[in-house]
Amino acid sequence: MTTQEISSQVLRLLGNIAPEAGLGGIRPDVPFREQFDLDSMDMLNFVIALHKEFQIEIPEADYSKLATLESSISYLEAHQRASQ
Amino acid sequence: MQALSEFVMPHLGADMTAGTLLMWRKKPGDHVTKGEIIADVETDKADIEVEVFTSGVLEEILVTPGTKVPVGTVLAVIRQEGEAVPEKPPETARVIPMPAPVPQPGLQPLPRPSPLPAQAAGRLHVSPLARKLAGELRVDLASVTPTGPGGRITREDIEHAAHARAAAGPAPAAATAALPAPKPSEPSAPADRHARMRQTIAAAMARSKREIPHYYLSATVDLKAAMDWLTTGNLTRPVEERLLYGVLLIKAVALALREVPELNAVWNGAQLEIKPEIHVGVAISLRQGGLIAPALHHADRKTLTELMRDFRDLVQRTRAGSLRSSELSDSTITITSLGEQGVESVFGIIYPPQVALVGFGSVVERPWSVAGQVVSRPVITATLSADHRVSDGHRGGIFLRAVDRLLQTPEKL
Repeated sequence: MTTQEISSQVLRLLGNIAPEAGLGGIRPDVPFREQFDLDSMDMLNFVIALHKEFQIEIPEADYSKLATLESSISYLEAHQRASQ
Repeated sequence: MQALSEFVMPHLGADMTAGTLLMWRKKPGDHVTKGEIIADVETDKADIEVEVFTSGVLEEILVTPGTKVPVGTVLAVIRQEGEAVPEKPPETARVIPMPAPVPQPGLQPLPRPSPLPAQAAGRLHVSPLARKLAGELRVDLASVTPTGPGGRITREDIEHAAHARAAAGPAPAAATAALPAPKPSEPSAPADRHARMRQTIAAAMARSKREIPHYYLSATVDLKAAMDWLTTGNLTRPVEERLLYGVLLIKAVALALREVPELNAVWNGAQLEIKPEIHVGVAISLRQGGLIAPALHHADRKTLTELMRDFRDLVQRTRAGSLRSSELSDSTITITSLGEQGVESVFGIIYPPQVALVGFGSVVERPWSVAGQVVSRPVITATLSADHRVSDGHRGGIFLRAVDRLLQTPEKL
């Protein structure tokens, strides 16, 4: 999966969790919580969605690596490389 | 004797005096089962799915969709299970007192909808009535700006979109015919919905501060045991079953209420009515502004896993605008947490007719004395706002102490 494809998937999953957030103007390096007023329940739902979509285990200790679009893509790409 | 029961416009909180019947999900002659959703009602805060509290057959519908009626108005009559079909409508059905309905201009019963193309449904969150109206007014759902909870497209959004289109150019004949004409002074639909929610919150909070003599207590709770237990447990739980610390707080509050039952109660205007069942209302903020505090039923009896599952579901449905009537009417106490906003202490306003509200701030590291040594500990400030007509600070203190004690043994929650 390319970086662009991962980014699209992440945005789609976020859109499902917070459909009213308006992800069009997302800033890749700013935490989702700050940009879209997400709370811990939203973030847990995001982790569950990533787990299902990408078939990866995400320990609680890694949640902080999923705070922004940029860091989420890096995290998912690292998982992808490790599984190849 | 015919056993008939009345299905009434429910009272869904202190701030509700009337509601608009949006649609019936059953027709006369249909069987209904206790707990089944049979109607949708619009309040100033949200569209609500209304459950029926008896099983039987829907005998007669008394209020048509689009009609706004006061709380308590009989909407329909249900013949209870096992009763014979009467040859003619029973007298009891005719003498049920029904306040005069308040007709809503432009919200008359609507004609049958034309089906929407499947692709229009997509992943959009659309209330059933809005979807129906969109079909009638030929509004493309994908072009509608949602303003409902959780980005849900509401009836008002459809009307707003149809009005905007009508203003921009000629509309299809069917749409023009069915579209209610806006009053010149009417605010736009999104602003109207938001303004009405603010007004209802304002009314309930003003009433609370006017009528309830609040007292406030706070206690700092050491959360080390709870957080350690949670972190360890979450290592082995599947991601879908991981717990948030908020669930431990909810369960601790629910169990502490068993020890101070007068806080799990409502004030009915003259006296205290202690509730035998513990239904904890949880304040859920909506991203567009405003908040709703639906109930987690039987919070004291559920395991933490069950409570977490139900809490997740409740948050999602609150923000998607699909709450049930019992979830808005059953709360016996409310919990609010502003910890994620960095707030350390919350001194909330009681939601009448409840008599107490529990607040939680953020989890922060603080110096803490343990066995004569100063160590760093994660702590949280728990607060209680309570009605001084029905409890006093002594009992409130016992309650907060119980919450603290219960959180020191999280494995027993």
